[in-house]
Amino acid sequence: MTTELGMPLRSPDAHGTAGINSLTGTAGVPRLGDDVTLTKRDFTSDQEVRWCPGCGDYVILAAVQGFLPELGLKRENIVFVSGIGCSSRFPYYLDTYGMHSIHGRAPAIATGLASTRPDLSVWVITGDGDALSIGGNHLIHALRRNVNLKILLFNNEIYGLTKGQYSPTSHVGQVTKSSPLGSVDRPFNPVSLALGAEATFVARTMDSDRQHLTGVLRAAAEHRGSALVEIYQNCPIFNDGVFDVLKDRTEAAARILHLVDGEQVGAGENVVVRDDRGLLSFVPRAEADPTRIVVHDPGADDPSAAFALSRLDSPDLGHVPMGVFRDVQRPTYDDGLREQIAASRTGTVTDADIDALLAGRDTWTVGA
Amino acid sequence: MSTKLVQQLDRVVIRFAGDSGDGMQLTGDRFTSETALLGNDLSTLPNFPAEIRAPQGTLPGVSSFQLHFADHSVLTPGDAPDVLVAMNPAALKANLSDLPRGATIIVNTDEFSKRNLSKVGYTISPLDDGSLESWHVHPVALTSIAVESLAAFTELSRKEKERAKNMFALGLLSWLYTRPTDGTEAFLKSKFADKPDILEANLTALRAGFNYGETTEDFSVSYEVAPATMDAGTYRNVTGNVALSLGLVAAAHRAGLPLFLGSYPITPASDILHTLAGLKRYGVATMQAEDEIAGVGAALGASFGGALGVTTTSGPGLALKAETIGLAVSLELPLVVCDIQRGGPSTGLPTKTEQADLLQALFGRNGESPVAVVAPSTPSDCFDIAVEAVRIATTYRTPVIVLSDGYLANGSEPWKLPKTSELPDITVEFATEPNGVDAKGAPVFHPYLRDPDTLARPWAIPGTPGLEHRVGGIEKADITGNISYDPDNHDHMTRLRQAKIDGIADTIAPLSVDDPTGDAEVLVLGWGSTYGPIAAAVRVARASGVKVAQAHLRHLNPFPANTGEVLRAYERVIVPEMNLGQLAMLLRAKYLVDVESHTSVRGLPFQSGELADVITAAVTSVSNEPLKESAT
Ligand SMILES: Cc1ncc(C[n+]2csc(CCOP(=O)(O)OP(=O)(O)O)c2C)c(N)n1
Ligand code: SF4
Ligand SMILES: [Mg+2]
Repeated sequence: MTTELGMPLRSPDAHGTAGINSLTGTAGVPRLGDDVTLTKRDFTSDQEVRWCPGCGDYVILAAVQGFLPELGLKRENIVFVSGIGCSSRFPYYLDTYGMHSIHGRAPAIATGLASTRPDLSVWVITGDGDALSIGGNHLIHALRRNVNLKILLFNNEIYGLTKGQYSPTSHVGQVTKSSPLGSVDRPFNPVSLALGAEATFVARTMDSDRQHLTGVLRAAAEHRGSALVEIYQNCPIFNDGVFDVLKDRTEAAARILHLVDGEQVGAGENVVVRDDRGLLSFVPRAEADPTRIVVHDPGADDPSAAFALSRLDSPDLGHVPMGVFRDVQRPTYDDGLREQIAASRTGTVTDADIDALLAGRDTWTVGA
Repeated sequence: MSTKLVQQLDRVVIRFAGDSGDGMQLTGDRFTSETALLGNDLSTLPNFPAEIRAPQGTLPGVSSFQLHFADHSVLTPGDAPDVLVAMNPAALKANLSDLPRGATIIVNTDEFSKRNLSKVGYTISPLDDGSLESWHVHPVALTSIAVESLAAFTELSRKEKERAKNMFALGLLSWLYTRPTDGTEAFLKSKFADKPDILEANLTALRAGFNYGETTEDFSVSYEVAPATMDAGTYRNVTGNVALSLGLVAAAHRAGLPLFLGSYPITPASDILHTLAGLKRYGVATMQAEDEIAGVGAALGASFGGALGVTTTSGPGLALKAETIGLAVSLELPLVVCDIQRGGPSTGLPTKTEQADLLQALFGRNGESPVAVVAPSTPSDCFDIAVEAVRIATTYRTPVIVLSDGYLANGSEPWKLPKTSELPDITVEFATEPNGVDAKGAPVFHPYLRDPDTLARPWAIPGTPGLEHRVGGIEKADITGNISYDPDNHDHMTRLRQAKIDGIADTIAPLSVDDPTGDAEVLVLGWGSTYGPIAAAVRVARASGVKVAQAHLRHLNPFPANTGEVLRAYERVIVPEMNLGQLAMLLRAKYLVDVESHTSVRGLPFQSGELADVITAAVTSVSNEPLKESAT
């Protein structure tokens, strides 16, 4: 089975090590009864969607609304928290609980929510400016803590809401309102950044490929811990067409490196090989030493292999790995915090317990 | 052994001073515990450098702990010590100017080496040049006698033995003021449970110090301070930071909410994080965030989910939290923000006290962004103020800023333990049902439909079926909470948010005035940690026949409803503050009363003697011209 872009789809049960030996991402979240199913409509709010015509955010919204019923969770136990940006308007359009917060802070806010409410499925919606510029610190810390959050980063390589300034993912030389002579900033690669923070789940997908996007969302939802999903998103107003080459079937076939667990990594006639120093390069399949061809292993303990794959990106989109880079099981921050509390507790806290706490160890009594 | 004289005293102020590494804070703490158990009323003031270990033996490295205890009620740690324990030349030099002539100095002569003297600029030892003639000096070779007492501990190095000198000093002072040492022995036993030789050495040094006092010729008199008459009840000694922590836990318990603290370490607030981190067994969750913004963000996220979200910080951190507090104003969710103020601006004086964040708390956000602001007046009041902050936050669904400060945070006093079951009932009810109908008559949930009394909106937490809704920082339409850019709606919502905060005044106690003769013409009005020094000053002034009224604000926003009336009832109103007149500015603006500011920003609490002079001068000149703005 392949998706619209010709990306092979993984079967839902083949996501690295997630779910094999431990909880899934939605364990503890109340599920719908067997006789109840929700539909896309149930997740559509009554608010008028106000993105520009043709904005990639529409298709992502449709994909998410279409995907959520599949989770089988009670709608009231799903929460979307966003920052600020065009993309961050997303929660208003979903009929779940939601918070449109402040610029860059959604991962921090969602961390407090997820830590105190194991019965919620918590999603973060953020943009390239929101997540990587003003909120960069919160993003890397949420990832390193491995809070059970699903973070969807809409990367349009531009500041949309503020009308077209370059962003931390804009390429060097990009001409925007605030870089009339071309940007001299070097961009972040969001996947490399997330892997550098040792994120336990990192994936990349694209707005226009609904099936691939849905497949990645499914894998992310199943992952317990932080999941960072970078979604290439077209902004037709301020940065139109930056990902177009990946949407053309022939171009895509030559450029997209499909990351599929257990399969060789390659695009078109080329495969990726690893040399003695661990460096990756492309060689024609026919010339490749079969023992050196990289076989994708998202469950690898060490993030280095996934990181090396993420470095195969090139600014001209000559090679773009897509799919799940990393998917490993690690203890999560929120589970750990709750376990410490549970292990310390000796039952319901009574007034007498609080009285004893207030008294401490050194008290004295003054008679009447 | 000679039988020594025992003399009765009604009050004593002792200051322990030494190098940061000398353990003066611990010595002071232990002496305080012994004193509390004896039933004296007391108040303490630790004073330490921002550097963990400034160069040894230097003036910046001096750390001190002052304790005032008495057979009557005590309001401050005392203006000036009666006794200074100086562990080295730096400690002597740094503290001598605070010491009135005639006071006692117990000095560790072992540290008065040429090298140590020159570190602080003494060319001749002040012990030898007669410069200390106006004080009672007890030169004691504290270090060498302590080391000698440990001669049997052959396995300990000289350095380790020297470290016990603070316990020797504590033993000596305990003898001098007839304090029991059992509490300290028990404390040491639990502290060094797994280091038996260190434990024995400390116990030996402590007892040696006590015995030294009893046997040495140098101390011919010991003192007793009788217990103070205090209300019947069970007491403990408590610092402001511990009281605040306990208040948050007790209030969350009373509210029936899990407590979530998101915090980033900063002096002098970190102890609250430390204390709460150790209370997991009461269901308290603490998160050490990556920065202050994340700390308050996580707290707000927890509040959105139905927990009591709390964040603790100091002035620089409050600045970073401003945008998120503004979001909480807009979301109308409970949030408690504790600012343990310190000297500013910028990094300022991290370990010193100040009250200069009042205007930041009230106005330090973009837009019309009203929040409730409360301030504790004493260390133990930090408990009550925490409960009050939680009451306001949960009842009115609003951020509440608590303005404590370094003086209250680290200072301590006896605290009569409250009964948990008698704390205010602040049980919270979450929304469970739709509260409106749509155009077709179907039930819907309006997240911004307000309670008519409090103007609070419903708290509908995720997981509640049928109440799914979105909130955010964009202006919301009244009632529905949908995004709205409508001019009239924004005007209406801005006024509603303000009215909600103003309405809190309906549920707070009126400002009460202490005016024993009932005909005072001058009022001294303070807020926050200046309570003790002001009350002590008022006591001094009244003792000399001066008629003065005193009132103290614990609510800074909104003010108690009768505040204007109180201000207008006096000829003159003096407002002492540890800033350049922030409360005075608010009172003048709001009530058009020409209050007079008396300010000091030395990083230290007011001296009550100095305030008493200000009060006396004001009262004497009441019919004459008003005080000029005065500063110290
Ligand atoms: C504190 C703060 N600073 C700046 C802004 C202005 N601002 C809003 S969105 C945005 C950038 C959004 O870019 P991105 O996150 O990429 O989202 P997009 O609009 O592209 O989806 C900026 C700078 C703000 N709202 N808050
Ligand atoms: S500006 Fe760009 S990103 Fe924003 S809504 Fe319009 S098309 Fe979408
Ligand atoms: Mg963007």
